[in-house]
Parts: sequence; structure tokens; C-alpha cells
Amino acid sequence: MTDETAGEGLSAEVPTGGRRRALAEFWHYFSINKGAVAGLVVFVLLVLIAIFAPLIAPHAPNEQYRDALLTPPAWYADGRAEFLLGTDAVGRDILSRLIYGARYSLFIGFVVVVFALVSGIVLGVLAGYFRGWVDTLIMRVMDVILAFPSLLLALVLVAILGPGLFNAMLAIAIVLQPHFARLTRAAVMAEKNREYVVSAKVAGAGHLRLMLVTILPNCVAPLIVQATLSFSNAILEAAALGFLGMGAQPPTPEWGTMLAAAREFILRAPWVVTYPGLAILITVLAINLIGDGLRDALDPKLKRS
Amino acid sequence: MLRYILHKLALIVPTVFGISLAAFAFVRLLPGDPILAMAGERGVSPERYQELIVRFGYDQPIWMQYLNYIGNVLTGDFGISIATKRPVIGEFSALFPATLELATVAMIIAVLVGIPAGIFAAVKRGSVFDQATMGVALTGYSMPIFWWGLLLIIFFSGYLGWTPVSGRIGLQYFFKPVTGFMLIDSLLSGKSGAFASAVSHLILPSIVLATIPLAVIARQTRSAMLEVLGEDYVRTARAKGLSPRRVIGLHAFRNALIPVVTTIGLQVGTLMAGAILTETIFSWPGIGKWMIDSIGKRDYVAVQSGLLLIALIVMAVNLVVDLLYAVINPRIRVQ
Repeated sequence: MTDETAGEGLSAEVPTGGRRRALAEFWHYFSINKGAVAGLVVFVLLVLIAIFAPLIAPHAPNEQYRDALLTPPAWYADGRAEFLLGTDAVGRDILSRLIYGARYSLFIGFVVVVFALVSGIVLGVLAGYFRGWVDTLIMRVMDVILAFPSLLLALVLVAILGPGLFNAMLAIAIVLQPHFARLTRAAVMAEKNREYVVSAKVAGAGHLRLMLVTILPNCVAPLIVQATLSFSNAILEAAALGFLGMGAQPPTPEWGTMLAAAREFILRAPWVVTYPGLAILITVLAINLIGDGLRDALDPKLKRS
Repeated sequence: MLRYILHKLALIVPTVFGISLAAFAFVRLLPGDPILAMAGERGVSPERYQELIVRFGYDQPIWMQYLNYIGNVLTGDFGISIATKRPVIGEFSALFPATLELATVAMIIAVLVGIPAGIFAAVKRGSVFDQATMGVALTGYSMPIFWWGLLLIIFFSGYLGWTPVSGRIGLQYFFKPVTGFMLIDSLLSGKSGAFASAVSHLILPSIVLATIPLAVIARQTRSAMLEVLGEDYVRTARAKGLSPRRVIGLHAFRNALIPVVTTIGLQVGTLMAGAILTETIFSWPGIGKWMIDSIGKRDYVAVQSGLLLIALIVMAVNLVVDLLYAVINPRIRVQ
């Protein structure tokens, strides 16, 4: 396992040359989709911004400039060059807060996806591999989770756990995880009776080896696409929870939380509202563009056409 | 067909049971003491506290409480709201029409715009129209709708001054609700300007709520149409010399409709989640805002029954969609 790339799962257990070829093929199909490449570029930029936030941001995210409350963006007549996108109601530089906010959004997306992916895969593999009552129990619980509108369920979970960023992430992961469980289960069931699995079983492979080493790597493609979609969903839902006051708490420069605080100024100072939302939209759009490209590149059915 | 319906109904029984269990359990897990929450700021004497514990059945074992709760729910008793001291079901059914009206109008917008957009994009695949439509659709799909709503308020209410910022109708119009749907009630009231006021209040929230379903439906319609347009029977229809309109409308679209109907059904959950945000932004007096307020007020009884009712409504709609699906697709019925 040297290169952790998206295409790798397709070619697990293939010698290095084959893996490189599969990767090249994957990139070929991915790069046909110009939107996907654009999304990837924007996403990489966002990651860089998040990593180097302290170097890029012109001000500290929580520093309040009392002489510059609700300053409009620099290109307005009464704007100030030092506050490029203006300041909020307590005089904090919006651009700097947005730059730091990228850290939160990407972190939220990442943690939620890892959590939902791992728990979903574990449950899905168990259900698809053992079938019977294990399957019934797990999948009925998934049905119940999916029966609730996701944001509502996340809200109630956060109300139980207490508002805050970590609990919001946990709640969103719980809400998103059934999709992974269902996908994994379906893929495992499709693969389970293939010859290569039967032969591994005959050769004496144990349950754990069969589940994780033999079957799972062949179910990776749909999971990658779902993970991308969940990444953008997680960012949106976390922002929505922040907006409703149940996510990250002020003064955290999380984009949704920034919007919540800005609501009362929408008519007086539209810029306080405009840019955090734009940041959310650009990030989510970039990730969804990547997701579309991944789906096209990884879905053999679409590949033919 | 009857067997199919019964089969579907049997499948949802464990889910309904699970939903009721979850709604019950969630609320037991909420921090804080329900009796103290009910008493509010004034507090409560120890004797009165004991009396209330017994009255609400909190002294009984947890499974007994659950059975009592289910028994009450089945007889239509969803409990008394802690915050307003009125029956929850009354509050819910008074506010539900507002949400239903908003969601229905949003869905109509999403379908009326999304399906034609998807069809044209598929027919003109690769054209500027196709690329622009899909670009807009993906943007809509990625939209944080709470921000989108605020932007529309800034522009249409603040800058242009065309639409009101909140509520369902102007305060000067007061009439008794007949159907609960403001569009219909305002017409029935016979007051001039009432209907226009209702429309101007509804327009922005319904556009905001329609955004994501519209994007999803447009994308789904396009890909379903593309799949169908490549089929042999469409080529045959073309070869027979049928007009393009007939080929697309009759042969292709009817078959492409099947996955689109499923997608539309799946949007009901999205609409309910979207309603929470939309109603909060526009102070729309529906159940989404009511749920948020109830969670904020720690109104256990309301949250519990609201969760249960909303999940049941979403499930019921999905069941209807499943049945519709069987009606338009004979292959499903036969299985």
C-alpha cells in the first residue's frame, strides 16, 4: 500500500505495473470531465488555504477591530483596503474568518466521512456476509435511521448530545452512515458467491480474511463515489446545524455559524451574509464536481457509452 | 396488485415499530428532567413533583412507559405539549397545512421546471443548453439553502422591496382558516388583495425549498432520458418515421419517467429537512419551525410526537410512491 489514491481499490492485489495502468486508466476517464478537474483544482486550493491559514490570513480570525464595525468590502466607497471582504458586527475581518473556516469545513467533512465510512462498511459487511438475523437486525435499524429526514434526526441527536462541533459531526455521521452500510451490503452480496471467494474459502481463509481481504477491495468503487457525496453533504449539514445554533458555537469561524450571527444584519450589511455562504457553495460545488467525475470514471456502465 | 400492496405494507411494519421506539428513546435520552422543564422558572415542591411523576407515568418501568405511549398514540393521544399545555396533535395539525402548502408548491415548481429542463438537456446532449442546465443544476444541488434564502431576501425584499420578509399573509388580512391552505383560504375570504398577498409571501420560500429537489429531478430526468434514448425501441420509433416530438414524448419519456418518479418520492424527506431551514429563515409558521422551537424549548412531548409524525408521513408518501411505481411499471407488479 504505497499510494493512497482513489483508483487504487480497483486494482488491489494486482502487481505494481497493473496498478499503475489502472490508475492511468482511471485518470484518463476522470480527466475527460473538465468540471471534475476544475473541482479538483478548487478543492486542492481549499486544502492549501486550510493548511496555511495562519500564513495567508491578513488578520487573526477572532481579533475585533472596534474602530471598524461592519466595514463594507474594500471596493465600496467607505470600504478599507485592510479588510478586503469587510468586517462583521464586532469588527472581525471576514476574509480571515473565511480562511480559517476552511479548516473547519474540510475537517468536518473528513471526520464525518471517515466515521460514516468505517461504521457503514463494518455493518454492511457483517449484514451482507452473514445474512440471516444479523442482516435483518442491521438493515432494519438502517431503515429506521433513513426514515427520518436527515437534518431533523441530526438536530435531535445534537439536542440529546448537546450543541457543539464534535457532537454535530457525530450526529451527521450517524445520519449518513446507512448509505454506506446499504452499498457495502449489496456489493458484498453480489461478490460473495463469485468463484474467487469460493476458492479462497476452500483454501481455508477465515471469515475475517474473506470479509476484509478477499471481498471488500472489490466493493470499493461505489463506496468512493458515496464518500465524495457524503463529504459535501456533511459540510452542508454541519453548516445548517451551525446556522440553527446547534453546530459549532461562536466565536468559532465556522461558515454556517458565521451566517447565523450575520442574519440580523442582512439588510444593513449584506456582505456579512454573502461571503460565508459563497464559501460553502464553492466548496460543496467543487466536491460534487469531483464526485460526478469519479462516478463517470469508476462506473463501468457509463464508461462504455 | 393487492398482494404487492400487502407485501409492501408488511415490509414497513418493523420500520414503523423501530421509528416509534427511536422517537420514544431519543426523548428519554434528552438531558434534563421533564417535570422540571414543565414547571419552568417557578420550580416545583417535592410533593407536587412526586405527584406529577406518577401522573405522567414516569415512575413505571421504561417498557411500560413505551407501551403506554404506543397505546395513547394509537388512540390519537400524542400527549400535552410542555410549552403550550395544549394537545400536541392539535398543534401539529394546525401547523401542518402551512408546511404542506409550502412543500406542495415547491414540489410543483421542481417538477414543472426540472423535468422539461432534464428532457431538453438530454435531447440536446452536449449543447450549450445542456451544459448550462447541468451547471445550474449542480450548483442548485450544492446550494446551502439557508444562505440562498437570505440572498433572495436581500435582493427581492431588501433591494427591490417586492416581497415581504416573513409570514404567510399580510397582517391586515384576517379570516378564519377553512382549508388551512392560505392560497385557497385567501380566495375564499373574498377580500381583495388577500390572494396576491398570500402569493407574494409564498413565492420566495417555495423557490428556496424547490431548489434542491429541482436540481435532483433535472439531473435524474436527463440521465434517465439519455439511457432510454439509446434503446432499440426508440431507434425503431425513429426509423418508422415518427416525429421527434412523438418519439421523445411517447416512447422515450414514458419509460424515463419510472426512475424519475422514484426520485421525486425520495425528495419528500429532503423537503421536510429543507422545510426546517426554509421555515426558520422566512418565519413560516409550519411544523419545521415548530420542531426547531420545540427542540429549543426542550418540549419533550412535542419533539417526540413531531419526530414520530414526520417520519410516518415521509414513510406513507414513500409507500404511495412505491405503489405508483408499480402502476407505471408492470414489471415490478409481476415479481
